[in-house]
Formats: sequence, structure tokens, C-alpha cells
Amino acid sequence: MSYKVQVNGTEHTVEVEGDTPLLWVLRDTLNMTGTKFGCGVAQCGACTVHVDGKPTRSCQLPVQYAGNLNIRTIEGIGATPIGKMVQEAWLKLDVPQCGYCQAGQIMAATALLERNPKPTEADIDNAMSGNLCRCATYIRIRAAIGYVASQLEG
Amino acid sequence: MTTDLMNLAESAGGSVLSRRSFLVASSAIGGGLLLAATIPAWARATQGPGISDTEHQLTIYARIAPSGAVTILAPNPELGQGIKTSLPMVFAEELGVAWKDVVIEMADYLGGPMGRQGAGGSMSTPTNWMPLRKAGAAGRQMLIEAAAATWKVNAADCSAEDSVVTHAPTGRTLGYGALAERAARLPVPDLEKVTLKDESKFKIIGTSVLDPDKTRIVVGAQPFGIDVKVPGMLYAVFQKGPVFDARVKSANIDEIKALPGVSHVLVLEGSPRVLEGPTRGPADDGLHHGVAIVADSWWRAQRARQKLVVDWDEGAHASDSTAGFNARAAQLAKEKPERDLRVDGDPDGAIEHAAKVVSAAYSYAFISHATLEPMNCTASFKDGKVEIWAPTQNPAPGRDGVVKALGIPPENVLIHMIRAGGGFGRRLMNDYMIEAAVISKEIGAPVKVLWSREDDIQHDFYRPGGFHNLTAAVDEHGKLIAWRNHFVGFARTKYFSSSAVPALDCFPAGFVPNYALRTSRISFNMPVGPLRAPGDNVHAFVFQSFLDEVAHAAGVDTIDFNLALLKSPLPGEGQGKVGGNAFAPGFLANRMIAVIERVREMSGWSNRARLPKGTGMGFGWYWSHLGYVAQVHQVRVDADGVITPERFWVAADVGKHIINPTNAVNQMQGGVLDAVSAALGQQITLDKGRVVQSNFQDYRLLRNRKIPQIDVVFVPSDFPPTGIGEPPYPSSIPAFCNAIFAASGQRVRKLPLSGEKLTI
Repeated sequence: MSYKVQVNGTEHTVEVEGDTPLLWVLRDTLNMTGTKFGCGVAQCGACTVHVDGKPTRSCQLPVQYAGNLNIRTIEGIGATPIGKMVQEAWLKLDVPQCGYCQAGQIMAATALLERNPKPTEADIDNAMSGNLCRCATYIRIRAAIGYVASQLEG
Repeated sequence: MTTDLMNLAESAGGSVLSRRSFLVASSAIGGGLLLAATIPAWARATQGPGISDTEHQLTIYARIAPSGAVTILAPNPELGQGIKTSLPMVFAEELGVAWKDVVIEMADYLGGPMGRQGAGGSMSTPTNWMPLRKAGAAGRQMLIEAAAATWKVNAADCSAEDSVVTHAPTGRTLGYGALAERAARLPVPDLEKVTLKDESKFKIIGTSVLDPDKTRIVVGAQPFGIDVKVPGMLYAVFQKGPVFDARVKSANIDEIKALPGVSHVLVLEGSPRVLEGPTRGPADDGLHHGVAIVADSWWRAQRARQKLVVDWDEGAHASDSTAGFNARAAQLAKEKPERDLRVDGDPDGAIEHAAKVVSAAYSYAFISHATLEPMNCTASFKDGKVEIWAPTQNPAPGRDGVVKALGIPPENVLIHMIRAGGGFGRRLMNDYMIEAAVISKEIGAPVKVLWSREDDIQHDFYRPGGFHNLTAAVDEHGKLIAWRNHFVGFARTKYFSSSAVPALDCFPAGFVPNYALRTSRISFNMPVGPLRAPGDNVHAFVFQSFLDEVAHAAGVDTIDFNLALLKSPLPGEGQGKVGGNAFAPGFLANRMIAVIERVREMSGWSNRARLPKGTGMGFGWYWSHLGYVAQVHQVRVDADGVITPERFWVAADVGKHIINPTNAVNQMQGGVLDAVSAALGQQITLDKGRVVQSNFQDYRLLRNRKIPQIDVVFVPSDFPPTGIGEPPYPSSIPAFCNAIFAASGQRVRKLPLSGEKLTI
């Protein structure tokens, strides 16, 4: 079957089974490998993308339901003002170690700051605890979110 | 990749291997200077799995282009530990190049000419520190001589800095790019006689440098192993048995072959498992038994697997269970130990007549590495040769395994080392590499093998569990006079399995006159192997927690108790003779004492009596992989056993220089939290020979909530820099558990904490 997906403002038509998760369409069909596979069961957050601005686990979204949704990935998040600030903060504070989870972390952090420019520690706990970092760079992830928040109007 | 640098590296291999110290220089394709320096390690270093004696040498390859750009091949794989940046920093420092001119390329695995290309045991830094400095200094000397020859002046009047040579008397300057061609025609200096930089003048070492990969990571453009794609590539899953070493009797192959996108279904006969011997690491690098499903996308292969039905011959271990192991351990603890591994003085007599005796049983579960990037590898077999793209920590034994499995000569195996999404010791083993190579050969096409998370958690080389039955005695002055341990651990042969048994020199051995380490074995059949700070990662929990317990029983401040021990070693102990290697001395009690005193001061330990009820401080220290670390953790524990980590303080001595401080602090904080994560909830259990856990809902990692502030201080000492991946881990768990005791009165003697009704 062929399905339409809109990723970072571009519409693509893909030939896959309808139950194929968006994650695998992005990675193996569209060659957008920035979004990562970590668990396949929405436990790790490595595959986080934005669907209509909301952080969403792309391993759980069958492509057949994605046609009318506006999907943004790590490759496109830098085109948004807050996404760009988050990426820059990640470099300024040297957040990554292995870096594998960081696309998902950046997507989750951007979604948090877009809806809540001045998150409390508890807000960060709630927004970010779904994204595992096996290297445990949590201190710097939080610091980078705080750094972006300090630049945003409340 | 590839470039004239890799070509040089490959062609130089044979000719420089046997030379003691050798520098070659030649003109680069397209102009400029190519440098290759080979410096064998001066002596044997600590052995890691799969690292042979002949690999204890280093070769660095670098090119200075006419543009002034300096390209350096990074020899060791990058897993997030930062070595891809920190080793070139050392070379660039001595070369006198400006860091902005440096480009780092990841080397392929060369199988010899580049020396050891693994990453493990925090050994890359200590083994490469001096060789890299000498090679860089030699390059700087050649560039200075090239400038002096151009100007017809004395080289002694010239100096080099920031990629420019300056003639002091006249103020003339020439850039490295302009000098490179001429330098390439000069005789090469003797590496043993080059003059190293004055360390107080370092400009790159000690500054925080960002790994350029990270600029790609934040935009999703940095390839990891899982992202490799080659033309014509197919995708595979490989279903291994539910019980370790189970063999395929039959499977519904025809049904699976008919599913959408599936091109091949292969029943693969694994290689016999190599059991551990006295000196080797984990059994490694054979092929598991199983069924490979190959399809035109990974999702289709994975979907097809859901319909796969295999009849397995489960072998002799299909009734193994954690409950059975625990019962066996309890039984063995009551019996006479099988062996005495070390006995000093008369521990039994001393305990019998002591003023005070403390006994306790400690135990801990098996744990998994659970790198966030699951195991994967891409291979392309064609015309008797195989090209491999592998996120591996240790390509050498991987290549040996491929050679054996495919029956081709080593020179027909090319391994590209791809950035790995975490290692922690898992990628010292290369089973995924053998799978990809074998499947590619079988199907005659390039293939990417990707494990699901369930494959990953259920087919790891686990950190083994263990049981320690401890008794200690103190005299009437509160001094430790005896320590006795009956350790019950896991073994498949007469030897304990990899990482299962404490080292003979684990503290307080050597610091207490009456000491015994006695052992008994439990038979099992799980694959096990090194995990970050192998052995130390959990023995520190046992020994440092029990010392805390004994100090409390003796009525002595636990830090004073530890310092008193460290200050009165047995003759010859604690003076660098135990546990060292060619690159750094063994355990020096004075370095540890300095670190402990520093953490005591920075944490405000002496004021801890003023902490509110339910809040406490715990202390732990450990010497691991040449690094000295001491920690104080402050936690709150409420009546329901809910832990809130409040603040951690960490002091570390890893030598004279912190090469890349931003990375060093990140590694320290991550290492501490990694250990706390393991202590809190991680465990692998077995039922009916099967691993019970399957994914992150039941193999639980620390999440980003209730993360404490962690203050890290480096205590410099006059020793060469050593690695930083492992040292922060071991002391973290006892500091955390001792803090729980101080806060709640509950002594943690079993990991994970979730089994002790404690949670975060």
C-alpha cells in the first residue's frame, strides 16, 4: 500500500504496510536516521518526534494514521526558534556522551519549552523522565533546559 | 572513508611493526606532510579481553596539508567516552598546532599496524599518553627544521606555536601548511630523543574541547552503527534460543519465507561455546544457534519473526533459575569453602578471640549492559572478502571470530569502526559482528543485522551476581584486626567466570594482618563478561559497605576508620607495587588518603550531625583502573522507603592533567549516576533457564527525575594521566547505600535496592 506522510514540511509517499511504525518509515524508507530505535515499546524515548507539536513515540505510530499529521523530526527541529536554541544549548553545555538518546532528548526538551518557557524542576521531571539516557547525562540535560529557559520570556 | 592517510596506515603496517621506535614521513597525495610514528609500549600493560601482547604499541598517523589543515587518525573506537577527541588533543599539543586547524578522522581497524584499537579498561589514555607526546614533538621538530632550512638559520633560534614557526631574532614566521612539503623531505628524528614541551605551557591539554561529532548529533546527522546503509543491503533479525545454547531442532521455515518482503530464512548452527580458562576473558565471538530472517526492511523481518515457531533442543540448563542459584548459595555458605584463595595471618584465631565480631551476608544480582543502541552490525561479503561496519569496542577478537566463522584469511576482513551508542563493556564482545558476516556470506548480499531490545537484554554477557559471607573483628581500640570472606560465585569450569570473583588484593587485603578470601562455586550456563569497572563495580559495594558496618559497630567515624587502615598498611603494601602496570604505579595509599580528605572537607562531613532526621550522609572510596575516587552522598529516606538523593560530592585523582575537562566532568557525573541506576533497580533473573526481563519496563534504568547536584573535584598528583571511564563507578554504590543507612537505619546488603523495599 502507499501512504502519505508529512515530515518537516515535505510530503512523501511511501510503499509499506499500513501497520509499519513511523519510526521505521523515517529510518529505512526515507533515510532520516536521526530518529533512533531503542526499545520499540515506548519505554525509552529515543524515537521521539513531534506530531502536531506534541512529543510522540514514533515506534508506536502506525504510518496509516500519520497521513494528516504534521511530523517534525530532529532533522527539522532546528528550523523552529526554540528547537534551534535547544540544539545550541546542547553544544554549549556539551551535553552528549555517546549521543544516541540525544535526538529524543532534544525533541522532548523542545516540546517542553515551547509550551512552558519557564519549567520548574518538577516540570522537567515530568517532561523528561520518559527519555532514558544510558550514559546518565541527566545533569547536563537539565542544565541545558535551564539555560534555554533563562533566555526565554516567561 | 578513505584517504591517503588510511592508505599510508595500511601500507606502512608491515614495515614498521618490528621497529622499536620509528617515524616515517613522506609527501602526501595532493601535497603536504604525512607522518606515521610507531612506538611499542615499553612493557606489558593490563590485559583486557582479546588484547594480545603484540598490540601493545601505538601508531599515530597524521597529515599536514598545504592549507595548514592537520588531519589526525583517531585509532580507538568512540562510544561516548571522548577518546576520539582526547587522544588527538595530546598529539596536537606537542605538534604545536592550533586546535582550530585539526580535523579528526576515525580509523578503520588495521589489525596490527595501529597497535591496540580497542576501548576498554580505561586504558586508552595511560597507554597512549607518552607515545602521542613523542610523536607530536617529533613532527614539531621537523617543521622547525624545515623553517630553519628555508631561512638558513639555526633551528635552535626557532620556535613553534599555533601552527606557526617563528624565528625569534628576526621575527620571521612561516605557517605549518607552507612548511609541510619541505619537512616531508627531511630526515626523521629519533623518537627517543625528541624534546617534549614544558607541561606548564600546555595550550590544548586542560582546555575543554567539544567532540565535533556532537555538532552532528544534535541535528540528527551523526551516523551510528545502526544508521549504516550500503547499496543492495537487506535487513536481518536473528532469533536465538530461549535458553542459552539451545539448538534449533526444526522451524516453520516455509511459512516464514512466504511472508511479505522476506527473502531468506536460515537455520544457523552455532559454534561450540569456548569455556573460560584461568587467564582468558569471557567466552566470545562464536556464532549463537538460531534462525535468521532476512527481508527487504527491518520491520518486515521483525514482523515475520512474530510468526516464527521453533522447536528448540533446550539442553541441560532448561531448569536453571535464580531461585535455584540462591538456594544453592545459601547451602554453600553453610559448608566449608572449596578453596582458600588468599590467607594472611590467622583470621580464624583472631576472630575467635576478638573484642568485637561483626558478620553479614551481602549479595547482588546479575545485571545487563543495556546500551541504548541495541547490538547491530552491517556486513558485505563478496568474492571471498568481507567488509564490516561495526559499533564495536574491540575489533581485534571480532576479526578473529569472523576469520574463523567464514574460513577466510585475516587480510580479507575490513572493519570500519562506527560510533557506538554506548559500550560499557558489552561491545568488547562481537557476536553481532559474526552474525552479520555469516548471514551476508550465506545470502550473497550485504546485510544489516539489528537486535531488538528483547534480543539485547536476553542475550547479553551479563555482569555476574555473587554472594559474600563476611566476618570482621575489631580490637578494644576499635581497630580492624581480621577480615574473612567466604565468597560464593558463578563458574562454568574449575575457574570462576569473567568478572565473578574479587581480586586477591581487594582492600582491605594488605591492610589487615589477618585476612582470608575463601571461595565456593555455583555451576551455571549464562554468558558473562566485563561491565564498566569489571569486578570493582560491585565488590566495592560489598567491601565498602561492610567496612562502614564494622566502623559503626566499633563506634568509630567511618572516614577515620578507613583512613586509619590506609595509614597502616602491612609491609610493602600501599606503595605502588600492587595492581600497577607499565604506565602507572599500583595502589598508592597516600594518593587515596588525599582524595578522601578532600571529599570529607568539600562535603561538610563533620557537620552531618546537624542534618534533619531522615537525611544522612554516606561515604565510599575505591581505587579502580588506576583512578582514585572518594565520594560522599547525602540522601533523604522517608518512612515508606522512598529515597531522595540530595547532593553528591566526588573527589578524584586521575593524574597530573585532565586532558579534556568538560568531558571528564561529564564522565564522572555519568559514571556515578550509572552506578546508582544499577543499584536501584537493575537485575537479570532466570526462570526455567530463561531470562525473565525483556525490555525497559522490567529492566529499569535511572530516569531523569530527582537527579541530585554532583560536585566533582579533581585532585591533581604528579603522575601521568589515566582513564576516566571506570573509576567513578565503584565507590558510588557504597556511598549511596551507606547514606541510606545513615538516613534510615536500614543497612543495604542486597542489590538491587528494589528487593529491599527501597525505591526512588
